[in-house]
Amino acid sequence: MSDPGTSAGITRADVAHLAGLSRIDLTDEELDRLAPQLAVILDSVATVSQVASQDIPPTSHAVPLQNVFREDVVRPGLTPEEALSGAPLVDQQRFAVPRILGEEA
Amino acid sequence: MSVTTDLEPVGFDEALTRYEPVFGLEVHVELGTATKMFCACDTTFGAEPNTQVCPVCLALPGALPVVNATAVESAIRIGLALNCSIASWCRFARKNYFYPDMPKNFQTSQYDEPIAFDGWMDVEVDGETFRVEIERAHMEEDTGKSLHVGGSTGRIHGASHSLLDYNRAGIPLVEIVTRPVVVPGDKAPAVARAYVQQLRELILALGVSDARMDQGSLRCDVNLSLRPAGTETLGTRSETKNVNSFRSVERAFRFEVGRHASLLDAGRSVVQETRHFHEDSGSTSSGREKSDAEDYRYFPEPDLVPVVPDAAWIEELRGTLPEQPSARRSRLQADWGLSDLDMRDVVGAGALDLVAATVEQGSSPAAARKWWLGELARAARERDVALDELGVSPTQVAEVQGLVDAGRVNDKLARQVFDGLLAGEGSPEEIVAARGLEVVSDDGALGEAVDRAIEANPDVAEKIRGGKQAAAGALIGAVMKEMRGQADAGRVRELIIERLS
Ligand SMILES: [Zn+2]
Repeated sequence: MSDPGTSAGITRADVAHLAGLSRIDLTDEELDRLAPQLAVILDSVATVSQVASQDIPPTSHAVPLQNVFREDVVRPGLTPEEALSGAPLVDQQRFAVPRILGEEA
Repeated sequence: MSVTTDLEPVGFDEALTRYEPVFGLEVHVELGTATKMFCACDTTFGAEPNTQVCPVCLALPGALPVVNATAVESAIRIGLALNCSIASWCRFARKNYFYPDMPKNFQTSQYDEPIAFDGWMDVEVDGETFRVEIERAHMEEDTGKSLHVGGSTGRIHGASHSLLDYNRAGIPLVEIVTRPVVVPGDKAPAVARAYVQQLRELILALGVSDARMDQGSLRCDVNLSLRPAGTETLGTRSETKNVNSFRSVERAFRFEVGRHASLLDAGRSVVQETRHFHEDSGSTSSGREKSDAEDYRYFPEPDLVPVVPDAAWIEELRGTLPEQPSARRSRLQADWGLSDLDMRDVVGAGALDLVAATVEQGSSPAAARKWWLGELARAARERDVALDELGVSPTQVAEVQGLVDAGRVNDKLARQVFDGLLAGEGSPEEIVAARGLEVVSDDGALGEAVDRAIEANPDVAEKIRGGKQAAAGALIGAVMKEMRGQADAGRVRELIIERLS
């Protein structure tokens, strides 16, 4: 998997794979340019682990809150007209989108 | 499309001579909460499209989700009922994928921190108990519904397109995942089916969902792999979706065993893929291959804070659990005084709840069992429906038995009352009146019939005079025949003995 020219963090193949998952069309030139840039960013972030020791848990939330719940009570949402007002195409009170091929209903 | 359709599936029994099936089940339960998992939208089934949506479930910019407390409680109660440990700290995660059924481009789920884990459920098949281990039960949200429109009716310049209704997007789901299950191959499809059946019973007893497979509020995926008999390594598995009835669980299982066996016999490999079950043909077809597209890049959901159930809350919820189905069965069996075999018949016929409800309405357990497993089971078979779909209620069965207990009808007449119930002729009382089914216990009418029977059978009468009271049966039969089964047999016997002693 290792790709010459990039650091251990991320390879050119990784970037191509992620671009595919994100539905971003990257040219070969863009991959050549972006892969090393992303590697630099990852390396910079990785320096954090040099100061964070084993007893410091990874952080996923900036605010120390837990158990924020809502009562199970219905509140009115949007009308269908409001909900569909930003849709590029509407058909039968539904959002119309290009059909994804290769999938069964 | 599938590359495997050219091979004829191997028969199930034959496949078992060479291979051992290993299966796992993933069951999605749509919770019956009033609102969605992360927003206050209504969840009532069957509303007009896009009438139960808001900025949160449509993923409009700036909208923030908030967790439904009742959904968390339901998930914890499901976990406890499945003998799971409850996480003392867990988070939601984003499961990233591009598909229009989720407007956010991710589904909010739980990844490596499920709310409940390491449980089990004991499943009974043919009187044998099999333990199915539960790996995890986690919280997530349902997706929207797509309607695929063909090119001819489409408005996008003749191209096919999909129409999305997001009413269902965001409805709370609990996904219950088993560990790989290994049981004797010939029992395995029945164990899989019984697991789903018992799990549904449990969900209903918990009151957390209506668990209707036909409406999709309980959905089952069957994961299956084969390995050569006597080996330990797991083979490549397929995941069969769209398995929407108990019977389909068993059929899909058996079909996949045959399909896998035919591939392995031919020296080919099983493709790890999603397959769709087809109710009409009982077969499966290839869905999509597991590939790069399945790289969901899960990460902790930054918009939702951790769920940290404290011990007091968990114990409070444990106190609300219903009796375990297996414990209930044992208790009812003892209460009813049934042998293991008799109890197995009741459970196997799907009559447990019906018999229990009939007994609650005042019938004796023996009578309730007799009617449901006899007359009514026969009627259900004739009509090819389940017992609880016959249209005869436990209350009605108890009423019929009440008429028998009061001596107003005998068992033979009771069968005619059931005929009337099945034909929708009204209540048992109305049917007895309309069909004139009541037994005759009036001494005048009975006495005349008894006299005629004695006259017609002088030799039998002589035996009874000589002390052979057992011979009275022949005379009782004659009276019953004359009165078309509507005589009170006990009173007829008394009248015969009175006259001949
Ligand atoms: Zn909403």
